[in-house]
Amino acid sequence: MKHLLAVEDLAALDPAGSGAGREPDLRAGIESMLDLTASFVEVNQRDIPKVPALRGKTVVSLFYEDSTRTRLSFETAAKRLGADTMTFSVGTSSVKKGESLLDTVQTIEAMGVHAIVVRHSAAGAACRVASWTSASVINGGDGRHEHPTQALLDAFTLRRHRGPSLDGCRVAIVGDIANSRVARSNVLALRALGCDVTLVGPPTLMPSRLDGWPVTVSYDLDDVLPDVDVVYLLRIQLERVAGGVGDVRFPTLREYSSRWGLTAERAARLKPDTLVMHPGPMNRGVEIAAEVADSTRSLVTEQVANGVAVRMAVLWSLVGSGGPVV
Amino acid sequence: MHARENAAEIDDPGPGGEGRFASDAGSGADLVLRTSVFDAADLRRAVTRIAHEIVERNHGATNVVLVGMYTRGVALSQRLGATIASFEGVDVPLGALDVSFYRDDIGLRPVAPLGPTEVPDISGMVVVLVDDVLFTGRTVRAALDALLELGRPRAVQLAVLVDRGHRELPMRADFVGKNLPTRVAEDVRVRLSEVDSGDDAVELWGPPEGAA
Repeated sequence: MKHLLAVEDLAALDPAGSGAGREPDLRAGIESMLDLTASFVEVNQRDIPKVPALRGKTVVSLFYEDSTRTRLSFETAAKRLGADTMTFSVGTSSVKKGESLLDTVQTIEAMGVHAIVVRHSAAGAACRVASWTSASVINGGDGRHEHPTQALLDAFTLRRHRGPSLDGCRVAIVGDIANSRVARSNVLALRALGCDVTLVGPPTLMPSRLDGWPVTVSYDLDDVLPDVDVVYLLRIQLERVAGGVGDVRFPTLREYSSRWGLTAERAARLKPDTLVMHPGPMNRGVEIAAEVADSTRSLVTEQVANGVAVRMAVLWSLVGSGGPVV
Repeated sequence: MHARENAAEIDDPGPGGEGRFASDAGSGADLVLRTSVFDAADLRRAVTRIAHEIVERNHGATNVVLVGMYTRGVALSQRLGATIASFEGVDVPLGALDVSFYRDDIGLRPVAPLGPTEVPDISGMVVVLVDDVLFTGRTVRAALDALLELGRPRAVQLAVLVDRGHRELPMRADFVGKNLPTRVAEDVRVRLSEVDSGDDAVELWGPPEGAA
């Protein structure tokens, strides 16, 4: 695996994939990555959570969009593997002077880097960058397309609570599906791992077409909640509410919250062992009530912690163990 | 005979100790069995002797921790622990060490962690590192680095089932089951029932007679 641009790339990690006389299996590839992640969880629990596995390698984070978790998580991961990190953020760079993405990538490449983590508001940006560079490219979120490491860390977190097999695990992904790359990557990964995924939200926040998506769709959260094992809440992008600057998809936050938010009353009707997840950043009181976010069924902080280990595993797979260096 | 059974292992030098650090000599596919070095009884006696030597050298087993290196070193360390418990009555703490992230050939060949590192508190203890085959010494170098990040042992000793020579680093084993002179192109194969199919054995494999 040279790049991680989309969840489907993980099929290349299928241990039996090459030469087994069949197509590489996405599920086997994802599970192999999740197994590898466990080794890095152990590293992260040490007094000195650092190994020299990527010493001498350089990892650049190239972020054209704001991010807290993903950027810090990748940089922490790279540092714990002994790699050097460089951070590129649009606000303080020559992009302000009009430098193009291509020129920026070529500049970074000329400094000698081994991995580039790309976040961009345009779908396909990471794929484009990959075509320009000899470094490994990791998609840290591209527009409404994909966010594969988020899907990996969610799957890893879920597996820790639901056993190694996620077959038949019922997951409701709730909120702004249409604008969510997290939803797309999670549907692909969780589905490959055997989960039953239901998408829930107002019709205005559903993609216009869902042909071929391996999911069921519901517009009624209360209808779905009693049966699910996991409620995965997406962030409501505040610019899409009435009075905001973007396109308006629903009238008020209060109305959204009353119909599709996980309030304390709704949480009380969940099965006792139903888990709550959120990719962050949370809008407390909108898609998730504060007391639910802080309850014992919430895995939000665990997701963040596992994010570092998952990204260590991804960096190791792409830059460290990837076979012969040419 | 069992060459066929072990076909997978032959194609991939495998998780066995130093085999993975060995020079490129012998992808192994065309090697043939040269000598049977240990059968199951020989191997058991060697483990028993090493267990006694560890206890003798350390004047008991109370401050000793046995740390096996994946994959077969872990199985050997468990056998040593059980043997020491049987005659000394001390349950020696056991650990398992994965050295993948400390290797010096990362990026030169595919490397994957073989298992989770689980090492008890080693501060102030005598750590006996356990592996199946001592060859170039590079795995031991990686293991020392890995170990010293987990604590400050009072001393580190090395126990191996087979020392096959050809060191590339100044490493020496404290406890050796068998000193086995080999050629670089040969391959020492250790089978342990916990890890491999079949009975315990140590075998020397080499290129067919007449091959270059």
